[in-house]
Amino acid sequence: MTIEQFLFALFAFLTCAGAISVVICQNVVRMAFSLIICLASVSALFFLLSADFVGATQLMVYVGGTVVLLIFGVMLTSSSTLMQIRTSPAEGFLAAGIGVLFLSVFSFTVWSVDWEKNEAKLEGVTAVDVPPQGYNEESSGNTVRPLAMSFVGLRPDKAGNAPGYLLPFEIVSVHLLVVLIGAAYLARTKRRVPAES
Amino acid sequence: MSLILAAESLAELITTSLTGCGECSVAIAAVIHVVLVVAFFGLPAGIFIWAERKVSARIQDRLGPTRVGGRFGWLQSLADGAKLVQKEDLAPKAADKFLFRIAPYVVVIASLAAFMFLPFTDGWSAVSLDVGLFLLFGMLSLEVIGVILAGYASGSKWALFGGMREAAQMVSYEIPMSICAVIPIVMAGTLNLNEVVHFQLAGGEGLTPVGWMSWNVIHPVAGPAFIVYFVCATASCKRAPFDLAEAESELVAGFLTEYSGMRWSFFFLAEYASMFLVSAVAAILFLGGWDDGFGIVRTLKGSSTDVLDPSVILGNLIGAVILIAKASKLVLLQIWVRWTLPRLRIDQVMTTCLKYLLPMACALFLAAVVYPMAMVLKTGRPQFMSPSNTSRVTVDESIASESEVEVAAVDGEVTE
Repeated sequence: MTIEQFLFALFAFLTCAGAISVVICQNVVRMAFSLIICLASVSALFFLLSADFVGATQLMVYVGGTVVLLIFGVMLTSSSTLMQIRTSPAEGFLAAGIGVLFLSVFSFTVWSVDWEKNEAKLEGVTAVDVPPQGYNEESSGNTVRPLAMSFVGLRPDKAGNAPGYLLPFEIVSVHLLVVLIGAAYLARTKRRVPAES
Repeated sequence: MSLILAAESLAELITTSLTGCGECSVAIAAVIHVVLVVAFFGLPAGIFIWAERKVSARIQDRLGPTRVGGRFGWLQSLADGAKLVQKEDLAPKAADKFLFRIAPYVVVIASLAAFMFLPFTDGWSAVSLDVGLFLLFGMLSLEVIGVILAGYASGSKWALFGGMREAAQMVSYEIPMSICAVIPIVMAGTLNLNEVVHFQLAGGEGLTPVGWMSWNVIHPVAGPAFIVYFVCATASCKRAPFDLAEAESELVAGFLTEYSGMRWSFFFLAEYASMFLVSAVAAILFLGGWDDGFGIVRTLKGSSTDVLDPSVILGNLIGAVILIAKASKLVLLQIWVRWTLPRLRIDQVMTTCLKYLLPMACALFLAAVVYPMAMVLKTGRPQFMSPSNTSRVTVDESIASESEVEVAAVDGEVTE
């Protein structure tokens, strides 16, 4: 077992354990903590794949940003200090059904792949033999520069210039802004109380 | 992957000396890195706690610790640590025991992990990544989770208030702090902390070195950005005048109210370590990192690329001392500010950030983007202090002439 395999096993286990305990826990803050473990382990998996920028973003946006806001929101809204969530049996049954369905889809996909045939194809071929365009061993793990380049249209994976990702990014970010303003507006609207009551 | 494990250069050194070791060389290198990082995480905390006691005492016209360890009480931190280890590990009845126990570890791990990305001198960092600064801030931002958990899990109103204040403060101060940290990044064109320093040493890509005059803090845009960054960094370490989370006159001790013994000291260890960390980042981004400003380190290292060259090692060691000295000066500044200024109210803290620091940071960021373009157009050099570089200007001119040709072509089409 190489170090990579050991680390993958460790972080994959932590991801699954975190995800399961989010479902099992009844206390909201413990759920949030489990979510942190789950998301941080996912970012560790990204690092194992040498996708450093995606891993850092996962850590910054999801763990550092979203979960903090989530806990903050819970702290502001919950009436008792340790809020409990109780699910009815019907909800549990429904969730379990959906979970089993998902699991069956995933396992069907995994089992339908002819792994032996694929491995036979890959035998004798190492990753270095067929590098993707713009990829080299030295810059493996340092994805910021290629990402930034492809952002403005200098795609290392395509010959010459290709459409960049700037416009889609702008559209998504404006969309996000609209959502945030909408959420703030909805949260701050004053409910009109009828005069007679 | 080997790059993420990061022990690249050390691992290579060990494999060349210990042949037939394979994977274990990476492991040995990783262990060495971990030991060094933990040492640099723990040592500043001990030293600065002593410094804080001494400086505060002198500011208040007292002597401070004088007995432990001889004349200056320099073993005081060790004595404090020994005392804290012996204390009983308490958890209140109303607390969420699991989260209460785990919260200090979250804070310590976040602060310790951020040290991995800090280059102490040229290339001497545990993990040298192109996303260095981004990841460092990502790790530092996890610290707030531990504080919120501590505040929430304590089952005490004081702690809850402290935790909520901390969350609000950290979430808002992170924004101007990150924007200001991006300004040197924009100037250098890389997120790699190592390369940011190299940019400052050279005064720009392909330019001749000009010493301390090319440090970012001399730059008319990055200079004010340094001040804004440092204010936000002080706030993000929950230091006075921004220590609302543990305001002892209002909230007993804020999120620390229910903690005792080792768990309490973990919070302090993390606080002092992250003070050192943000100061070291400030030194790297704005104060020229490991550069002495007069070319001593540069001359020692020369153009040699051999990591084992004695003069290179000496240069790197001097560089590390210089960087740590710069960071320590900034930490002392934070201590000085703490014992001089009164604490702000929570609404004043928010006003300072959202109404003053954030617009300032945004304006500076815009200026940092526009400034080099204006300078190149006006004077032919990207920075005021840096000597003009003809090759760079000719490149710019060739780009300009190309665009003129394009404009001319478009004009031609229009006239046709």
